[in-house]
Amino acid sequence: MRDAFSKILTMLAQEDPRITLLSGDIGNRMYDKFKETCPGRFFNCGVAEANMTGVAAGMALCGLRPFTYTITPFVTTRCLEQIRVDVCYHKAPVTIVAVGAGYSYATLGATHHACEDIAFLRALPEMKVICPGDAVEVREAVKAILQQDSPVYLRLGKKGEPVVHTEIPEFEIGKGIIIKEGTDACLLNTGITLPISLEAGLELGKRGISTKVVNLHTVKPLDEELLSSVFSNFPVVATIEEHSLIGGLGGAVAEWMVDQPPFKSRLCRIGSPDEFRHSIGTQSYVRKQIGLTPKAIADRVEESLHKSD
Amino acid sequence: MSASLKKMDLISRRIRRWLVEITNKKRTAHLASALSCVDILVAAYWGGTLQVDPANPDDPCRDRIILSKGHAVGALYAALAFRGFFKEELLDTWNEDGGNLPEHPAPDCVPGIELATGSLGHGLPCGLGMSLALRIQGASSKVLVVLSDGECNEGSVWEAAMMAPAQDMDNLTVIVDYNKWQATGRSDEVLALQPLAAKWEAFGWNAKEVDGHNHGALQEAIGWAYEKDGKPTAIIAHTTKGKGVSFMEDDNNWHYRAPTEEEVVLAHKELELP
Repeated sequence: MRDAFSKILTMLAQEDPRITLLSGDIGNRMYDKFKETCPGRFFNCGVAEANMTGVAAGMALCGLRPFTYTITPFVTTRCLEQIRVDVCYHKAPVTIVAVGAGYSYATLGATHHACEDIAFLRALPEMKVICPGDAVEVREAVKAILQQDSPVYLRLGKKGEPVVHTEIPEFEIGKGIIIKEGTDACLLNTGITLPISLEAGLELGKRGISTKVVNLHTVKPLDEELLSSVFSNFPVVATIEEHSLIGGLGGAVAEWMVDQPPFKSRLCRIGSPDEFRHSIGTQSYVRKQIGLTPKAIADRVEESLHKSD
Repeated sequence: MSASLKKMDLISRRIRRWLVEITNKKRTAHLASALSCVDILVAAYWGGTLQVDPANPDDPCRDRIILSKGHAVGALYAALAFRGFFKEELLDTWNEDGGNLPEHPAPDCVPGIELATGSLGHGLPCGLGMSLALRIQGASSKVLVVLSDGECNEGSVWEAAMMAPAQDMDNLTVIVDYNKWQATGRSDEVLALQPLAAKWEAFGWNAKEVDGHNHGALQEAIGWAYEKDGKPTAIIAHTTKGKGVSFMEDDNNWHYRAPTEEEVVLAHKELELP
C-alpha cells in the first residue's frame, strides 16, 4: 500500500504543483523519485510531528496540497492537537497519511500499533476518514482526495498486502465499494482487513450462507444510503476492522443505527479488543489471537445468524 | 506605508485606551498580555517593512502577520480595525453572543486574521509552513510570528525553530513579547527560559534584543530581520506586562483581572491622547 501511495503521489505531483510531501523522517529511498521530479516540494521534517502538521496547515492555507506522512501513532495521536486546530479548525486541505494501520507493525510493539486512530480522527469536525482496502483503492483514493478541499485522514497498511481488485473500481469518497454480492449476510469491511473479509465471505458461502462483502473505505462520512439498504435487507450485518471496537467503523455504524427507525438486523462488530498487546508476535499471529481470521469471522457471523433466527 | 513615530505612538495609545475600556465592559481576560504587545503590533502593521492592504486582505502576495499569543487578540482586533481592515464599530461586538469576535481569534472571523490561535505553540509551525509555501510559489512575501515568552514553553516552538534554519528561511521572523511573566509566574522561573536570545542563536537564528515599546527600535529590527542572509530572525522584544497603565505594569494579577469603571478613568488619564 505504501508503495502504491508513493508512486501515485509522485505521478500526480508532477502534474499538480500544489502537492507537497512532508515526511517525519521516514520513507528512506521511497521518495527518491518524488524528490527528483518535484524538487523543493519534499520536506523531511525530522522527528517532530507537531511541527510537521502545523507546517502542512500553513502551506495549505497558502493554497498548496500538503500530505504528511509517517507511522500511524506519530502522525495522528502524537500531533492530534495540531490536526484539530491547525488543520480541521481552518478547514485546511491537508492529507494526513498514516502507514501501519492496526497491527501492521505488530512485532514493533504497542507504541507502533494503531487501533485507536480512526476513533480520534473521526471525532474531529471537518475531517474525512478513508481506509483503502488494497493498493488499487489507495491509488483511487489519492486521486479522489485531490478533487476535494477538506482535511483527510488516509489510513494505509504497510507493504505487500494482497490486491483484491482485479479491475479499477469506481471510487467515490463516502461511497462503499461492493466486492461481492450475497443474500444472507453482509460484511462491511474497512481498510487493510479487506482480503480477510472477502475470504470470510467465501467461507460463509461454503457453509451455505450467501454473503455480501463491502469495503466501506470511508468511515467518515458514512455511506448512509448503503447502510440503510443493507440493514433493511440482511438479518446480520457485521463490521470488520483492524481497529478498536471503540470508535472505529463498528462504533460509527452503531451510532448511526440507533438514530434510525429500528431495524430487524443484528449488528455484529468485529475488531480489536480494548487492550494493549503485551505478548509479541507477527500481524497474522495477533489477528489469530483476536479473531480477525476468515474462519473466526465466519463463525461469529454464522452464530449471529442463528441467534437472529 | 510607513507611519511616523508620532503617529505610531498615537495609535498605540488609542489601542490601549480601547483595550482598557472594552475589558471593563466585556469582562474579558488577558488585558495585561494585550497591553504588552501593542507596540509590537503597531510597528508590524504601521512600520513599513511588512506590506498588507486592508482593501485586498486576501492578496496571495501579502505579507503574513500571525499573533501566536492568541489570548492577546484584543490588541490585534484593534490594530486591524484602526488599520482599516474592518469598521471600528465591529470592535464593540467583541465577546458578544452571536458575534464574530471571540476571545481568541477564529479562522477568518474578521479580515486580516491569518491564523486562529489560542492554543500556544501553533503560530510558528504554521508561519513556517506559510513561508515555505510562499517560497515554493515564487512569492517574495514575508512572514512575522509574534510569540509570548510563556509560549516558548511549548515544544512545538522549538521543533519549528530547528526546521526553519534547516530550510534557510530568511523570509520568516519571530518577535518574542518578552514581558517576563506567564499566567501564574515569572517566565524565567516556571521553566528555564534564559538566556532567550542565545537559545534562538544556538538554534541557528539571527537574534536581536530590543526595547519592545520603542516603535523606532522595533521598526528598525523588523527591517533588519528580512535582510537576505539565509537565516530566520528572532527579535527578543523586552516588554512590560500591562504596559501603559502604571498600576497594571508588571503586576500579574492583570493577566486575568478586568478593571472597574474608576480604574478605567484613571487608566485613560495616563493614556491621554495628545
